[in-house]
Amino acid sequence: MNKLFFKIFTLTIGFSFLYFPILTLIAYSFNDNKRVMVWKGFSFRWYKELFQNEQILEAFYTSLKIASLSATFATIMGVMIGFSLTRISKIPARPFFIFLSSSPLVMPEIILGLSLLLFFISSNHIIGFPSSKGQLTVLISHITFSVAFVAVIIQSRLSSYDKNIEEAAQDLGTIPNMIFWKVTAPVILPAILSGWLLAFTLSLDDLVVASFTTGPGANTLPIVVFSKVRLGLSPEVNALSAIIMLIVILAAISIYLINRSNIKK
Amino acid sequence: MIKNLKKQNVWFVFTPYLWLVLFFFVPLALIFKISISVSEWGMPPYRDLFSFSENGFKINSTLGNYLFIFSDPFYIRSYLNSLSLAFTSTVLCLLIGYPIAFYVAKSKPSIRNILLIMLIIPFWSSFLLRVYAWKVLLQGSGIINSILIHIGLISEPISMLHNHYAVILGVVYTYLPFMILPLYGYLVKFDLNLIDASNDLGAKPLNTFVKVILPLSLPGIVAGSMLVFIPVVGEYIIPEMLGGSDKLYFGKIIWDEFFVNRDWPIASALAMSGIVILVFPIIIFQLMYAKYNFKNE
Amino acid sequence: MSEPFLQIIDVSKRFDNVVALDKVNLKIAKSEIFSLLGSSGCGKSTLLRIIAGFEKPDEGRILLEGKDITKLPPYVRPLNIMFQNYALFPHLNVTNNIQFGLKEEKISKEEINHRVNEILNLLELNGLEKRKINEISGGQQQRVALARCLVKKPKLLLLDEPLAALDKQLRVQTQFELVNLQYKLGITFIIVTHDQEEAMSLSDRMAIMKNGEILQVGNPVEIYEKPKDKYIANFIGTANIFNVLNKNNQIIIKELNYEVKNINNKENYVKCLIRPEKISVKKLENQSDNLNIGVVKEVAYLGSYTKYLIEVNGIEFYSFMQNSLVSDNLQIRWDDKVQISFNETSIYFFND
Repeated sequence: MNKLFFKIFTLTIGFSFLYFPILTLIAYSFNDNKRVMVWKGFSFRWYKELFQNEQILEAFYTSLKIASLSATFATIMGVMIGFSLTRISKIPARPFFIFLSSSPLVMPEIILGLSLLLFFISSNHIIGFPSSKGQLTVLISHITFSVAFVAVIIQSRLSSYDKNIEEAAQDLGTIPNMIFWKVTAPVILPAILSGWLLAFTLSLDDLVVASFTTGPGANTLPIVVFSKVRLGLSPEVNALSAIIMLIVILAAISIYLINRSNIKK
Repeated sequence: MIKNLKKQNVWFVFTPYLWLVLFFFVPLALIFKISISVSEWGMPPYRDLFSFSENGFKINSTLGNYLFIFSDPFYIRSYLNSLSLAFTSTVLCLLIGYPIAFYVAKSKPSIRNILLIMLIIPFWSSFLLRVYAWKVLLQGSGIINSILIHIGLISEPISMLHNHYAVILGVVYTYLPFMILPLYGYLVKFDLNLIDASNDLGAKPLNTFVKVILPLSLPGIVAGSMLVFIPVVGEYIIPEMLGGSDKLYFGKIIWDEFFVNRDWPIASALAMSGIVILVFPIIIFQLMYAKYNFKNE
Repeated sequence: MSEPFLQIIDVSKRFDNVVALDKVNLKIAKSEIFSLLGSSGCGKSTLLRIIAGFEKPDEGRILLEGKDITKLPPYVRPLNIMFQNYALFPHLNVTNNIQFGLKEEKISKEEINHRVNEILNLLELNGLEKRKINEISGGQQQRVALARCLVKKPKLLLLDEPLAALDKQLRVQTQFELVNLQYKLGITFIIVTHDQEEAMSLSDRMAIMKNGEILQVGNPVEIYEKPKDKYIANFIGTANIFNVLNKNNQIIIKELNYEVKNINNKENYVKCLIRPEKISVKKLENQSDNLNIGVVKEVAYLGSYTKYLIEVNGIEFYSFMQNSLVSDNLQIRWDDKVQISFNETSIYFFND
């Protein structure tokens, strides 16, 4: 029983540490006081102000747009890399390709951001593209660092994938051009989806790279939030945190339930 | 895979290849180029590496930026601060994360799935907001001070924010899931019979842990440590929000050199040195990972 | 039996209200090969894990040489277990796996090396010392797992489905090797298996388990010839079970409409068993309406013997005939009419 006690003790302390700050933030989002930490009473005041704050709403919209586009392009290219590296042996300068597709994983974001910004400025000088920094440059940057993450997920799925099923499909009469769509794609679909989701989250969460590569009219949500909380506290951000936590928790629960019903079947 | 795809292979390979060369490799080459350029006033604020003038072709290259960085204890200290922050927080994440990952992985499948979801939720939720949460908690009027005053441990609110302890706390908190999840991934695959076998052969629980469990989860430890150590070296947000002036970190120095001092060559030289410094731990990690990543089947 | 070597007394175990073991009692003698046989979920593995010490029984005691070991943790019990999947340490090579347990004992280095070499020779593992576990074959892994246990010189060796992971040919060969090894070393073996053939050919005695209870204990002959009930009869080999009628002091096998004459014990038995190899069939040349006539529904030629499925009066049963006993011109085919005969001493009566 000593062991069980130690286990419950460890898990309780561990999960309290993970959740205590988040839950406090949510609790204080209902505080009817401009001074964040002095409790005055329960109210939805900051939620109302949040939904009237055009700057935040616009940034939220920008972030969603960039994140979904970046995730989609990163997934397409990640799948291409995954297939190239596991299926195609004749790639010119293959080690260099492997280096390129895995280095963004270990590149500190501050260096990535700096290098991309300097690149965009130079490229604007030389060929006039991109004409200015903005959503396009943030998008390009996000695709660049997300590709590597998606590629890793796809590669690990493909390496444990039984190629015989493609031959089986051919044997059963599937024409070669359709095999990818009818067999391969459905099998690696979970990996593709989790790759997309990861790329989406990475983009939505990124502050540093976006801060370097952004320009007028392309303030993402983290940039706006950071500007609000860099020096002080903001009750509106508390409310925003609560909403984001709610979305994440709902998403997590629904994924859990879907998984569970799949297992039961 | 399929012979008919041969023609499509070309763009299958080259689209991402080209993209990464253009937007990853060229920018890196560019900061290398700028790091050996001479800085000057203007736009861009450095002299071109190659110039043609009446005097003919000239290469304006310099190692001055690097010499400048490495002769100034200010920069060296910031590198060391970042490395020690990364090291300390990796060790702390491992010490805190290992038991959690271990017990979650050893739970009954029904409970395990719920606990796993609970581990993933902080991983998914906004990084920035989780750092911000600590800013709220550690305020002079924050909840931790209130509790400490309430139980009588302190009489006056103490300043817990804006020092390097707050930075370590914030880093450990935000990066903990990055340590736990890979550890969990290895521990959950762990064949529990091996623990029984070790016990059966006479090894007491502690010996079983040291001789069997620990070596077999080493790839998870290495992967988790890498996921914490490397990004923390370049971490900017946490020192900016929770840190103070007691310790400066590499990420913030680059940011300031670029945005505040507008010294592109110095910022680039800092970034290049950062890469070089990181290459060593990455190679060590990779070697350890390769050595212990045997097949577990 | 004098002082039993291992004694299991009233051992019960539940998992979340599911009864895994229900008041199990068992006595095992020194140096015997004892099998626990049953289908999956019968509690045999739980019993093995309790003997090894991985699970604590809710009730009951385990005595080894008269000493109560119920509360001892696995690492101090003087017995070892060989796991079904072998549970070899993948991060260690063959030698390090084998000496793992010895290093936990306070033994000198020379002694360890000596004993490891001894066991490597005994199990013919020389030349594999430095190999990783994933670099050796399944049969070699099995021997390493065995060596890892035997090198500790345990008083008792538990084997959980020791041959299940091997392919068929290797399994038969290994069966003999195991028996030889046990004979040489004199260690008591307890084997858990779901394979009745394996249990029959390996064990001195065996216990049949079902739903956490022991149904019958005995040597393979007893269990095969005199099963306590229908479940055991069907579990071990193929069983033809008939109903028995007891009318006016006449004992009649109902389905065959056959009266058993030479019977001493006229107890009220309700069932009887006749093993298929004890029923012989003979092809009938000409049609006749004899009572003991059946129709062949299926024929399976298996080399040394042939299986026939016979129908009589609407019920079906098996007859196995040695092929050496059937002459070629009397080959029995589908739909042939056959005469059935058996010796009355081959009938085994029992209550359901």
